[in-house]
Amino acid sequence: MMAGHLLEVRGLSVDFHTAQGAVHAVRNVSWHLDRGETLAILGESGSGKSVSASAIMNLIDCPPGDIDSGEVLFEGRDVLKMSDEQRRQLNGKRIAMIFQDPLSHLNPVYTVGFQIMETMTTHGVSKADARARTLELMERVGIPDFGTKIDAYPHQFSGGQRQRLMIAMALALKPDILIADEPTTALDVTVQAQILALLEELQKETGMGLLLITHDLGVVAEVADRVVVMNSGEIVETGSAAEVYRNPHHPYTKKLISAVPGTGGMAASLGTGIRPLLDVQGISKRFGDFLALDEATFTVLPGETVAIVGESGSGKSTLAKALLRLIEPTSGAAFYDSRDLVTMPPKELFELRRDIQMVFQDPTQSLNPRMSVYQIVSEAFAIHRDILPKDRWQGRVRELLEQVGLDASHMRRYPHQFSGGQRQRIAIARALALEPKLIICDEAVSALDVSIQAQVIRLLRGLQERLHLSYLFIAHDLPLVRDFAHRVVVMQAGRIVEQGPVRQIFEAPQADYTRSLIAASLHPDPEVQAERRAVRELRREA
Amino acid sequence: MSLSDTVAIPAPPHPVMQVLRMLWRDKVALAASVFLVFIVFCAIFGPALFEDIATKQNLRGRNAAPFDFSKDWIFWLGGDALGRPLLARIIVAAQNTIMVAAGAVVCSLLIGTTLGLIAGYTSTRVSQVIMRLADVIMSFPSLLLAVIVLYMLAPSVTNLIIVLAITRIPVYLRTSRAEVLEVRERMFVQAAQVMGASTGRIVFRHILPIVFPTLVTIATLDFAFVMLAESSLSFLGIGIQPPEITWGMMVAQGRPYLTTAWWLSFWPGMAIILTTLSLNLLSNWMRTALDPVQRWRLETTPRKK
Amino acid sequence: MLSFLGKRAVASAISLIGLVILVFFLSRLTGDPTNLYLPVDASLESRERFREINGLNDPLIVQFFRYAGDLIRFDFGMSVRRGEPALDAVLRAFQWTLWLALITMTLVTVAAIVVGSLAAFRVGGIFDRIATFFSLIGASAPDFWIAIVAIVVFSVSLGWVPTSGTGTVWHWILPVSVLFIRPFGLILQVVRGSMISTLSSAYVKTARAKGVRNRPIIFVHALRNAMLPVITVIGDQAAGLLNGAVIVETIFGFPGVGKLMIDSILQRDFTVVLAAIFVTAVAIFLMNILIDIFYAVLDPRIRY
Repeated sequence: MMAGHLLEVRGLSVDFHTAQGAVHAVRNVSWHLDRGETLAILGESGSGKSVSASAIMNLIDCPPGDIDSGEVLFEGRDVLKMSDEQRRQLNGKRIAMIFQDPLSHLNPVYTVGFQIMETMTTHGVSKADARARTLELMERVGIPDFGTKIDAYPHQFSGGQRQRLMIAMALALKPDILIADEPTTALDVTVQAQILALLEELQKETGMGLLLITHDLGVVAEVADRVVVMNSGEIVETGSAAEVYRNPHHPYTKKLISAVPGTGGMAASLGTGIRPLLDVQGISKRFGDFLALDEATFTVLPGETVAIVGESGSGKSTLAKALLRLIEPTSGAAFYDSRDLVTMPPKELFELRRDIQMVFQDPTQSLNPRMSVYQIVSEAFAIHRDILPKDRWQGRVRELLEQVGLDASHMRRYPHQFSGGQRQRIAIARALALEPKLIICDEAVSALDVSIQAQVIRLLRGLQERLHLSYLFIAHDLPLVRDFAHRVVVMQAGRIVEQGPVRQIFEAPQADYTRSLIAASLHPDPEVQAERRAVRELRREA
Repeated sequence: MSLSDTVAIPAPPHPVMQVLRMLWRDKVALAASVFLVFIVFCAIFGPALFEDIATKQNLRGRNAAPFDFSKDWIFWLGGDALGRPLLARIIVAAQNTIMVAAGAVVCSLLIGTTLGLIAGYTSTRVSQVIMRLADVIMSFPSLLLAVIVLYMLAPSVTNLIIVLAITRIPVYLRTSRAEVLEVRERMFVQAAQVMGASTGRIVFRHILPIVFPTLVTIATLDFAFVMLAESSLSFLGIGIQPPEITWGMMVAQGRPYLTTAWWLSFWPGMAIILTTLSLNLLSNWMRTALDPVQRWRLETTPRKK
Repeated sequence: MLSFLGKRAVASAISLIGLVILVFFLSRLTGDPTNLYLPVDASLESRERFREINGLNDPLIVQFFRYAGDLIRFDFGMSVRRGEPALDAVLRAFQWTLWLALITMTLVTVAAIVVGSLAAFRVGGIFDRIATFFSLIGASAPDFWIAIVAIVVFSVSLGWVPTSGTGTVWHWILPVSVLFIRPFGLILQVVRGSMISTLSSAYVKTARAKGVRNRPIIFVHALRNAMLPVITVIGDQAAGLLNGAVIVETIFGFPGVGKLMIDSILQRDFTVVLAAIFVTAVAIFLMNILIDIFYAVLDPRIRY
């Protein structure tokens, strides 16, 4: 065994050449990884957390990329000085990589069997051996019915299965290092837990070094031995996962840890006897034979935040769209102010639009890229002419922008000139322009970084206090809901499985599904997470 | 507010300036657009300035060879079978050539886009009818359709424009419908619906501005296509009839003299090639300039190595 | 799959009927149909006799159903000029066109895919720039002009190849080369654009991370995905050639369906024109169905 580390990055700096000149993607980054250990690189979007991995795998396009300085030592040899052919022979064989969003990372027109076999045939394994090993791998990563599924195409698998297939592909040649770039980000929490468990098992079996790139402190707490925290291209902190969480030194790390949801107190219920603002009675939506939403019944009180929680396919977005009449419900009623939304004629519905507004998941897509901020916010007044005379629009837009914490002098700018968090503030200002009583937030903060998420939640809470707003807060992220909601509605496969005050749901969940959801969601504290794992192990053994 | 929410945003330059700057960066596209401006200038003012010179016969200058710089500049590209200066005739013919193409493109763009918006934003039944109609037109090669129709109707400028426009409608119809179907699912359209925006408002304020750049890019490319189609028809003798002239007709008229006076067909052909080439180049440039993902290629100055 | 083919056949039939209606009423709209069928200088009596024989004095609707009925039996009538059934003349000419189109499109497809893929692999490289430049010129050139310039240069001046006819291989060189240029330019552009976007896709990144060599990345991983938009354009261009490369066939005296159509138009042999339209339209419909099948073969996500 050599004296040095299995993989070591030393003083790596990478630039990207853009319209505004060179951008330093990473500056002077150094870290190392040994056999059998898990290193996490933690960072928010734009922190450069994936850049060193791309440099290792020769995935940086030059130009516009440019590796300025530094070395990447694999078993003591600098891969950056190797020829393309030498590096190609390392890829897949000695160092393998899996990615976020496995659907787009699998070639849609070839069978998964072909793609797993290709890792091996590329590096000289015979076709017959490769196929036998592929079947073995598919069984190992838990693909049911692998004998026939080997000839199926990526679109015929579920999201979790696709990531399992990616793992099988990466581990085909038993690499020394596996790089996992946000491997569980697009997945449901229960699936995330399974994938992380699988990665850990496989690491124990093969003794490989695992480099995990993530934005999620919970994932770090669950699997990482050591963590590297990155912010705007630089490493701000390194250390063992537990040590960094307990004693963060850098202000950025401190801020990041304090922004993580799920650790604060829970809100008390609003009390009883208040007349509900929205009373939903058995709303259903059927698409052909598929029952997307099955008799949802719940209420929202004035000034209350009701969270709808569920994984993908639970029907929570269908519910939001049905309540806004973006799709027509198949049956059921929803009373707003004792008028039924579902059967309301168009004219009344138009008036009602002022009272119920929506904030969408991805602010990049929910703002028209060709309209200025002023046009976006004032469109409300152009549609509902009786709100304001035209000469007062500008003043009101200014007020609204200031209310959501934006610089009102930026109102002539276009959405792409703002950051993600700022864009979501614009979307909130647009919703507020109609002076609604209820805002439906459809995963309104899930596309944002943790620190921005916390700011937007703070803003929403402030607005609720000031304007006595109600929120229907649709989310998949349990810790976030725990901090923000008064009441929680849990959905699974189109049905409401449980609802109640937030404290009751989190401290004494009744439904099995709610319990498994809470068990699968990750706590940012490595020690808490270690305890939970110990409990799980015990249960499994029993 | 703190952290990345306070990143200062540089004020953007005026959109027109931005476009001109990007055009300046790409010298090929710049040359193409300058040439096109020149052609449009010829098409508008050419006949008024050169009509007399272009039609005045001069039997001594029959099939005069080009590049005889001792002559008047108008004869530098040579003279035709009746001694008329080719350069003047090309300038005059630009009007008909450009007018037919422009007329056909504008008509098909307007009609096709309108039908496409309707097909994309109304009931499936209306959409089905419109799409089947487009299929019928598409299933039939445009040149052939034009040949038949012009054979049965009289070959006038208007008929030519109508025929060429009809054959190109499906292009815009399909593109705009496909784009509408995609854009209407975007979240900002839903956001407008949630605010209570009317269908008209959604179509004209939200969808059309997004779809329009794509359509203009296609129209530029299509302009070249229609010009070639018109030239082919005129070449076959079923397009515009003499004494009106177009570039395609000039190529046909020079054909009997190919072996003795090649320039008669060559120069009008060059005019066609250069114009269509410029249109293609400009369309290519537009595709890059309008695509936010590709745009950086035009915004950065290439580094010298 | 079968039900899809059935549906496509029905849709094509509807389109064909639309086409027949269009051509029929257009021919009646233009005034006296004898103008279309008979020479311009035909006498009044012969026109009258023609009307009698062909039932042109019957009500329009009767005429239409008789005409449609004939079409169903593939009876297009006799060619006035040729003294043989119009369909025979058309089918004979169509063989030539089919061969011409097949040879040209095969060459175009192979050349455009190889050159376009390589150009896309190094965007902005020297090979890319040369390929793009020539493809743009190719896509911009009017084929009638290229054809006559080619005749002057290669046949008249250099005397390398014959100017017209179909006798030997040499006769095919000029028509195929001229027809090659524009589709090549257009398809190359589409291949290049499509390849650029697939080469920057996530699954190509995966392949690189697996250590796959450049050649399989281009020709296995990216190409099959990039082919979908390309096939549409290949179809359009092939349809253009099937319809008879009217101009090129005329200039090179190539006895294909395009030349037949123009000749018949000039000789006012309307039955042949109608038969030619019908046959090409059927061929193009068949080709479109073929293309749809090809889509499904290339992309397993497309299931009809």
